[in-house]
Amino acid sequence: MIFDRLADALHANQPVALVTRIDGARAGAKLLVFDDDVFGDLGTPGLNVAAAGEARALLAVGETAMRTFGEDGEPVGVEVRLFIAAYAPKPSMYVFGAIDFSRAVARIGKYLGYGVTVVDARPVFATKARIPDADEVVVAWPDEWLARAPVDSRTALIILTHDVKFDIPLLQVALRTSAGYIGAMGSRRTHANRIEELKRVGVSDADLARVSAPIGLDIGARTPEETAISIAAEIIALREVREGGRLSEGSLPVHNARTSVNAP
Amino acid sequence: MKDVLEALERWRGEEQQIAVATVVGVEQSAPRDPGAMLAVNGRGDVAGSVSGGCVESAVYDEAQDAIATGRPRLVTYGISDEDAISVGLTCGGTIHVFVERLDW
Repeated sequence: MIFDRLADALHANQPVALVTRIDGARAGAKLLVFDDDVFGDLGTPGLNVAAAGEARALLAVGETAMRTFGEDGEPVGVEVRLFIAAYAPKPSMYVFGAIDFSRAVARIGKYLGYGVTVVDARPVFATKARIPDADEVVVAWPDEWLARAPVDSRTALIILTHDVKFDIPLLQVALRTSAGYIGAMGSRRTHANRIEELKRVGVSDADLARVSAPIGLDIGARTPEETAISIAAEIIALREVREGGRLSEGSLPVHNARTSVNAP
Repeated sequence: MKDVLEALERWRGEEQQIAVATVVGVEQSAPRDPGAMLAVNGRGDVAGSVSGGCVESAVYDEAQDAIATGRPRLVTYGISDEDAISVGLTCGGTIHVFVERLDW
């Protein structure tokens, strides 16, 4: 059944799109579209192929939309209206270092809709009891773990280890990924040392500019909870290409124009 | 779908008849985005929403009819629509909702 396959994919956080014909005699016909497979039938082979192509394009940008085609999938046709619900997986937030700040960051990450994983090499600290909001708490060397983890442009990497022994190899791996956000905790002096060390191992200035450090927006955060808000706000501001100041002192529209909607 | 998934799976486990109503289009400012879903079962239980409350009872009736007849339908609620005034889309805008029995 289409529904069971869809439910399994949603539980597994696997990208999937459900295409529905919404008018005419075949209203309700379905096509379930995966990256490399389809199930169901919208009426004609040509329509199935066209719909699958469009569904995959929408899935790539996380957009849900209505599309019109001809009866056999002709792109200029208007006979068939298809509703394409794209279920892109949750973005991932990887938090390195299981400290008090990690608990607060994991909590706000979850609140913002991320799948949150916390990684620390120390089994005593990396426990679900200490970081209850994380989806996963992993005992592993951060750089080795990240080298094998899936990362895309929506992924946030939050480095709270602030220990050169962990930070340098981890930042080297992080900078080889396409992560949309790379933040590293530590004072200005700690970061100056990190920059020096990273340059010594051959990291370019352009790559160094990708690292948000000291981490977070400048709101004067002190507690782990306040720091988590400052980090979360920086992630949002960078994604939306905003400065992060006060709206009352700015003149830009409050929201950027929205081009896509992820299916709820 | 994600917010009604748990209810849908539970109802299917109980072999309930189910209809789902999905927002497939919005014009102007609407309370829920395309993809938002309301699910109804034959016993009358409801999960999810398509509008934040404005047209839920009208959609509920369509869903019960879809369960009874198996006939899918596309319904539109909007401030310019005669029906919509009677059901009151007080939140403004226009929404298009596809209602179908979940037999797929």
